[in-house]
Amino acid sequence: MLYEITFILNGEERRLGVQPNETLLDVLRRKLGITSPKVGCERGDCGACTVKLNGLLVKSCLILAVEVNGREVTTIEGLMAKGLTPLQEMFMAKNSFQCGYCAPGMILAADDLLLRNPDPSDHQIKEALAGNLCRCTGYEPIIEAIKAVAANTKASAGQTRGGNNE
Amino acid sequence: MGFAKEFEYFKPTGLKEAVSLLSAHRNTAILAGGTDLVVEIKGGPAAPDVVVDIKGLSELAGISFSGNVLRIGALVTFTQLLQSEVVRQFFPVLQEMAATVASGAVRNRATMAGNICSAVPCMNSGPVMCLYDARVTLFGPRGERTVAARDWFTGVRRTAIQESEILTSIAFPVPAPRQGACFVKLGRYAGEDLAQVLVAVLVLPGHQYRVGFGAVAPVPLRAARIEALLQGKVPDGALIRAAQDLIDIEIAPITDIRAGKEYRLHMAKVMFKRALTAALQRFQGAGPAYGTPLI
Repeated sequence: MLYEITFILNGEERRLGVQPNETLLDVLRRKLGITSPKVGCERGDCGACTVKLNGLLVKSCLILAVEVNGREVTTIEGLMAKGLTPLQEMFMAKNSFQCGYCAPGMILAADDLLLRNPDPSDHQIKEALAGNLCRCTGYEPIIEAIKAVAANTKASAGQTRGGNNE
Repeated sequence: MGFAKEFEYFKPTGLKEAVSLLSAHRNTAILAGGTDLVVEIKGGPAAPDVVVDIKGLSELAGISFSGNVLRIGALVTFTQLLQSEVVRQFFPVLQEMAATVASGAVRNRATMAGNICSAVPCMNSGPVMCLYDARVTLFGPRGERTVAARDWFTGVRRTAIQESEILTSIAFPVPAPRQGACFVKLGRYAGEDLAQVLVAVLVLPGHQYRVGFGAVAPVPLRAARIEALLQGKVPDGALIRAAQDLIDIEIAPITDIRAGKEYRLHMAKVMFKRALTAALQRFQGAGPAYGTPLI
């Protein structure tokens, strides 16, 4: 039986019919043209399917599409609607992805971390990325990219404060 | 992608409506966070014909504290537990436990209620629930009833829940004005993993101790013999060794894909000593901050 759902996807209202046994991941990729979240383990372990639901980081392979009725979904397509984000730029600068499969989920997890904790320790970064697996990079360049973005944000905040004191 | 099992989906707006739906259909499953259920439907063992989504039941949301009892609603996620000031103040070991569940994105959806209803032997919540003699409140066709932690877990993936019942809240009574506790989880690696061994220790005034184990028996358990041994005493090296020896008969670990039973037995003893030491220090107002990894 088809259920009609209405939800906000990357700032736009979308309306479509879904079967109860379609996951959010299925519907994003196959019906809505959002291919950034990837099919990995389909069990909620690898993080390749990571998206944001009402601002919270979630695994879209574990969410039925019907559950997002009346809610807001954000993917990396939404984050970069106005151009590449600082995290994306730094991922490129630091060579933080190779095959790219983990990258959208990894960047969303990093984005979520920096919103909650703008100056994370190495341990906190690793904790925040615990749900996102990467088979290529060994994680170091990913962690470096996140640290660099955090440092830049801290530096420019410092500059702003300095400016106001003059 | 997607899964083959077809089912109907309902999202009731009231508790009675939810119970009516569960009663009216034969093969039902309750959906909250879905981090267990969706996986179980995808791969079996779950194959419901009807899924009842309880996220619309506002009476199941929220954490409250009154009369020295913490009540955790069925819809409370592990992330919400971690953000709760009242949990931090009265049951910091609950946060210590919650922080080790899976990863952030799972914690944003997974509920403690779902954790204890799935009741897999390696579930994080079980040992802490047993430690505090928590009580589970259920609502069903015959109304409301309460089940004590010691009666809740009846076997691997089996609980005292009955047909058409919904777990509505879990209550944690504050055991004493002062406590020190510690929860230690061993996984194969840092980061997201299921537990190989779980140990939880609670120190209370008057040299009282409660000791819980998880992932080393079909159900989480309180180590009654160890508690009896320690009661009324200040643990020294010899007493701790005697308690460790009792672990041989308190737990029944198995060999599975994550660990061998000999390893689990050995690690349970190591973790017990560390947890007891930390809990004692915390009872004195010192010791490692809650959340510090001890293994």
